[in-house]
Amino acid sequence: METIKIQGTEDTPKIMLDKENEIFEISGRSLPEDVSSFYEPVLNWLNEYAENPNSKTVFNFKLTYFNTASSKLLLDILMKLEEMHEKGQDILIRWHYPEDDEDMSEAGEEYSDIVDVPFEQVPY
Amino acid sequence: MDNKKDVKGFLEFVYEFYKSMKAHEITLVYEGEITHQITKAFTSLTESNMSKEDEPNSVQRKVFHVMVECLQNISKHADDFTSNDYLFSGRGIFLVSKGEDEYSVTTGNAVENDKIEYLTELLENINKMDKEELKELYKKQMKEGRLSEKGGAGLGFIDIKRKTNKELEYHFLPISDDTSFFLLTSTISRADN
Repeated sequence: METIKIQGTEDTPKIMLDKENEIFEISGRSLPEDVSSFYEPVLNWLNEYAENPNSKTVFNFKLTYFNTASSKLLLDILMKLEEMHEKGQDILIRWHYPEDDEDMSEAGEEYSDIVDVPFEQVPY
Repeated sequence: MDNKKDVKGFLEFVYEFYKSMKAHEITLVYEGEITHQITKAFTSLTESNMSKEDEPNSVQRKVFHVMVECLQNISKHADDFTSNDYLFSGRGIFLVSKGEDEYSVTTGNAVENDKIEYLTELLENINKMDKEELKELYKKQMKEGRLSEKGGAGLGFIDIKRKTNKELEYHFLPISDDTSFFLLTSTISRADN
């Protein structure tokens, strides 16, 4: 399937979704002007991927900042991954956060409370 | 300004304005339409100032968070009006001040009077919540809330209170029979934690 490669900017994250090379990553900063339309292709891509996923999917979040509107869309992405996990697919979320950033680590904890999917916190 | 006297009066006003800004330790002030471009410009300006001044990372991050949410509150809510009145189209006043111990981010925008009760209740409810309650409310709202047409998630005030760990101070001042000016100020401690 087609890959998604979006370069990061000062207000939008870098996104890499590459089934063939097993790269699933959202990193950087997220405060897009229009969150829904920014994340729409990502959610669409995941819907398509869910129909025929790899044997294992490790999805990396490595965000340094996201606004409250983005937090809602990130949850939508995580819920999509949770759905795949519920169907018996092998999913792992890796939540990377700067080691001095308690808020980002807490945000990861909160997501892992909400969604039922293997979730790993990775300080860097 | 069609004569010298008016110009002089205006320039004197500018000097008073400057002194007043200094006295209140205001580092940034803006009145007008709050757009995404403005949000980006102000946050990046404040960010580079803070980093030049070696402000701790945790403080920089909190100020950034609060600024974005405050600016987006105006851009996403202040324009819920159909009126052509200049007061109501994503416009407002935005101030950042920096004191010895804390940063303050203050916004002001016009609201219809019938929103006062809702806003007061919302803010009071958030203000009386402790850390754990706010966390639960944030999670609940993230799960159950819907994005508004303008992309608001209803999470901004909760996030500000959580990041600053301080009560949201607010005030309504009457503009007319139907509208009021809604002022909100959030303070971020400069102590590293």
